[in-house]
Amino acid sequence: MSNIALEVRDLVKTFDLDGTTINAVDDVSFQVRSGEFVALVGPSGSGKTTMLSILAALLTPTSGRVLIDGEDLAQMNEKRRVKLRREKIGFTFQSNNLIPYLTARENVEFMLRLNNTLDRTGRVRSDELLARLGLSDRLHNLPAQMSGGQQQRVAIARALIHNPAVVLADEPTASLDTERAFQVVETFAHLIHEKERAGIMVTHDLRMCQYVDRVLQMQDGKLVREYKSRKEIRELALGVLEH
Amino acid sequence: MKSFFLATYLAVKEVIRNKGRFLLVALVIALITLLVLFIAALGEGLANGNRQYVANLDAQLVVFLEKSDYSISASRLDTNTVKSVRRVDGVADAGPIYTSNTEIVSLPEPLKVSLLGAEAGRPGMPPILEGRAFRGGEAREAVMDRNVALRSNLQIGDMIQIRSTQGTNDEFFDLEIVGLVDGQSYFFQPTIFVPAATWEKIRPQSEAELASDTPYPNIVAVKLVDPAQTDAMSVRLVDKVPNIEVADIATTINTIPGYSAQQGTVQTQGVFTLLIGILVIGGFFQIQILQKVPQIGVLKAIGSSNAVVGLSAVIQIIVVTALGVGIGGTMTYLFSLGFPPTIPLVFNGTRSLFAVILLLLIGPFGGMVSIIYAVRIEPLKALRLG
Repeated sequence: MSNIALEVRDLVKTFDLDGTTINAVDDVSFQVRSGEFVALVGPSGSGKTTMLSILAALLTPTSGRVLIDGEDLAQMNEKRRVKLRREKIGFTFQSNNLIPYLTARENVEFMLRLNNTLDRTGRVRSDELLARLGLSDRLHNLPAQMSGGQQQRVAIARALIHNPAVVLADEPTASLDTERAFQVVETFAHLIHEKERAGIMVTHDLRMCQYVDRVLQMQDGKLVREYKSRKEIRELALGVLEH
Repeated sequence: MKSFFLATYLAVKEVIRNKGRFLLVALVIALITLLVLFIAALGEGLANGNRQYVANLDAQLVVFLEKSDYSISASRLDTNTVKSVRRVDGVADAGPIYTSNTEIVSLPEPLKVSLLGAEAGRPGMPPILEGRAFRGGEAREAVMDRNVALRSNLQIGDMIQIRSTQGTNDEFFDLEIVGLVDGQSYFFQPTIFVPAATWEKIRPQSEAELASDTPYPNIVAVKLVDPAQTDAMSVRLVDKVPNIEVADIATTINTIPGYSAQQGTVQTQGVFTLLIGILVIGGFFQIQILQKVPQIGVLKAIGSSNAVVGLSAVIQIIVVTALGVGIGGTMTYLFSLGFPPTIPLVFNGTRSLFAVILLLLIGPFGGMVSIIYAVRIEPLKALRLG
């Protein structure tokens, strides 16, 4: 049995909006193991992005605990959080993912630079990962010279190159056409499994859930349902199950 | 140190990959540099034209007629004043200076010059670079500013003719050039030096003045035994010599008519140009940072520290500013080669260096707001929550 890479316990995040308290995340608990790919779904305003921001150590929860690779985010100051993001978390975002003035290779290598681990081996690993993602002929291209799908694949390589404990993806297919979206998520899932990382993908596109191991459904800040079996997940992805 | 290398890496990559955009800003900075350096050179040139002779005096104090408000043209001293000044304890030497204007008419183009009377070997008479000093008495000999000699193709031994209005008539006097001195312009004019008695004879004068043969010096240049004792010696001179007031060289320069106003104007122009530079650079980098908010959010979200983001912005500003100042400095040098010598541009090392340092500082200063803004960008901007 693989170890728990991410643990969320009794997590609460409230916002004060003009005197009204909004429960963006309301008493949520779950775990994600290394090598497991989990989708976080739900309608707009259900708390998915707030949850992702807390998991990414970008937002402090009101109460509850988040443990990444055994380290409690609540016990960390901002400097330590920056270090954690750099070392233990990999990111892909919806858009503006890559540094526009760095080539594909430089974008991926930048994570190694940040972690002070860029050496000859790191460079080789970076090129291999990009080649695995079908980008060996795009190493020296700037993001503006690549398609949206290619950019997302570079972002996936960047999210994985430093072997983080947890990989977080915020709507990674939002700016892609259907065919490319499936390709990107399939590749992503494959690498999560192969490299034994814990992956969490926030998505509103249920079709993408066919590649994940588990689906967590949120509504009004609460975790309302969990889809575990392949059958349930497939039916959800095909639109047979009403979520 | 790691932050510095990362920041340098990001800053340099961005500049290299967006060459056109950054070159455009560098060129704007280059134009501002050109303007600032020319204003500085003009300020120095104008100041030189006005003060050069006084600034180079081999003296620490200048004696004026009492209540003349340290104005050289308004001061007219008694002939015995020089002797009285020399007798005061602590005075090493003193020399009378007689000022007037005239015109050399023997040149292809008539040239207005300051006609200065002085005693050879005394304070007020600059060191001779070539040839010899004039003889005393009414010798029709002159020592000339070397720059004028070069420009006018005059040499030692040549004769010049000057025109002088005596009463209501124009009279012409011939003078032999016997020596050359370094650049000694006074009141925006090159200078020729003659003996006091000659000066009295050939200077332009009114009908009433023609009756007198006695030259009255405008001022007396005083060289002290101890050059550090200017304050004490000023008091002592005023105490011992009647009807005088005493100023140091700096005060004398500042009271040259128009000098302070002119320098103030030039400096104000320079300051405003620098202010415009600050606004231009600040505006550019602020717009750039605003365009890069999501990108900076991503950088911070993936683990870049505020130090990396802030330093990167600072390094970028410094690189672009240095490039702009470098281009501007080169342009200024090339332009200056083509300027005619009549335009008073003097590229003084200290003044130009000061201007360059200020220009290098306006970049970081102008970009300070954008740097602070960049550091404060929340990494949440990378997500849709920001």
